[in-house]
Amino acid sequence: MLDDFFVRALLAGIGIAVVAGPLGCFVVWRRMAYFGDTMAHSALLGIALALAFDWATLPAVFLVSALVSMALVLLQRRGGLSTDSLLGILSHSSLAIGLVSLAFMPGVRVDLLGYLFGDILAVTKTDLAVVWGGAVVVAAALALLWRPLLAGTVNAEVAAAEGQAPERARILFMLLLAFVIAIAMKIVGILLITALLIIPAATARRFATSPEVMALSAAVIGAFASGGGLYLSLGYDTPSGPSIVVAALGLFLLALLPLPKLSASAGKPAASEPAP
Amino acid sequence: MTQSNSSPQPPQTLVAMRGMGVFRSGRWLVRGVDLSIRPGEIVTLIGPNGSGKTTTAKAAIGILAPDAGEVRRSAGLVVGYVPQKLAIDRSLPMSVARLMTLTARASPAEIDAVLDRVGVLHLRTAQVHDLSGGEFQRALLARAMLRRPHLLVLDEPVQGVDFSGEIALYELISELRESEGCAVLLISHDLHVVMAKTDRVVCLNGHVCCEGTPSSVAASPAYRRLFGDRAAEALAVYRHHHDHTHLPDGRIAYPPGGGDHHHPAGCGHDHGADDEGRDAASGAKEEADAASREHDHA
Repeated sequence: MLDDFFVRALLAGIGIAVVAGPLGCFVVWRRMAYFGDTMAHSALLGIALALAFDWATLPAVFLVSALVSMALVLLQRRGGLSTDSLLGILSHSSLAIGLVSLAFMPGVRVDLLGYLFGDILAVTKTDLAVVWGGAVVVAAALALLWRPLLAGTVNAEVAAAEGQAPERARILFMLLLAFVIAIAMKIVGILLITALLIIPAATARRFATSPEVMALSAAVIGAFASGGGLYLSLGYDTPSGPSIVVAALGLFLLALLPLPKLSASAGKPAASEPAP
Repeated sequence: MTQSNSSPQPPQTLVAMRGMGVFRSGRWLVRGVDLSIRPGEIVTLIGPNGSGKTTTAKAAIGILAPDAGEVRRSAGLVVGYVPQKLAIDRSLPMSVARLMTLTARASPAEIDAVLDRVGVLHLRTAQVHDLSGGEFQRALLARAMLRRPHLLVLDEPVQGVDFSGEIALYELISELRESEGCAVLLISHDLHVVMAKTDRVVCLNGHVCCEGTPSSVAASPAYRRLFGDRAAEALAVYRHHHDHTHLPDGRIAYPPGGGDHHHPAGCGHDHGADDEGRDAASGAKEEADAASREHDHA
């Protein structure tokens, strides 16, 4: 079964979506969408490093993303500039340095489009093992981190006063995000990872009444988006990463439609009033 | 007061602060603060905006690390905290019941009991974003109480609450202290409303201006100077002499040459009179208490 490239792609996409959903909820709740983008952009610098020194791609990308997020933490503590300005600086400079470094390596053939937009249909069995191994690690870490991370998301000071160590939870969360970006890069590509984090979470918000329900729904919605996008990609020969994002957007728009009213009286009075 | 319901009580002082100062962005937010909180007492911090009330409370419970002096907390101190501002992003779905277990586990029965205690049990399944200001403050109070804290820290707990709701909320805080036996560190800018329920008032304006029983603080010249004569009670029970005046921004105007430096208590210059004042304050405390009781009966 795993010999079929499409089955491998499907399983890899679902594996990523299942952890990107819950992590993406925290990205939405903490208003860190731009942060996700920044880390993803810095991944290109990681790829350049990996090629230059002949390292494995995944640890190099994780290392650079993690360093960029720690740089942000330090710059935030220093104060003076708003977080979005700092992120803009980090995001674009790491992307630019990555591209410039790649240009210095003329002997290296780089499939830049593959890195930017993902090449899920080229997923190997090893990739699949890395994705699912990584997903299990991230899911377990997130479960352990849940209470302090959620408490710190609601209010960092309350969490600190009540012994939840929110700053440590925040840093561990950033590292988890860097790790997910490193394993998701091959699937959806650097430029579209944030979409897989945010769109399923935003879609899940529509139906959720608790943080836990929203996280689980985001995982399920992300898995459907992954599957749907891949079928789209197979059927119409479209690039896989963008197809997944388009499918996620489709689900998001679907969720914007008003829910059918369960009680007949709820929405009626305004409509039944006589026109003035 | 009963102490049946709170976590095993550390016997000694819960928080002891000596010469505490916090320095941020080139200025002292507060400095030279001595403050202790004992089990079961209600201590109220009052002072104008920017006088360092919140900073002092945060240093007391370890959210802020002090830049001067020391803060000691008893081992195993359980804190329940209601911050001045708590805005939950609308993207985060959260029912009142779920908010209760934010930092600690609790059984559904315990959650119902504490929500009932503060009068918002009917809002159990409501989303926090849909609550009114008063309902949300009560839910936050319930959440903090659910931890069975030794020390409850309430930073302006009546914000967004109308006047009658304000009085009801202070009544509730006082009742909770009685039934749970926890100490309360209360921050308020209005001494009058909290007066009857407070054991000790500390008046801050970048440093401790005066402290004592509510009536003695209300009668003190320092309090009058900060809040105006109209705000002060007509109880001229004790007087203490202030050698310093405050600049418009609230900093202390030190004599020329004295500088804005930190000096240890009792080193004998410019603030000596203030220390005398505090001794006088503690001496006058009983008198003040007696006076306030008289006043209550009148």
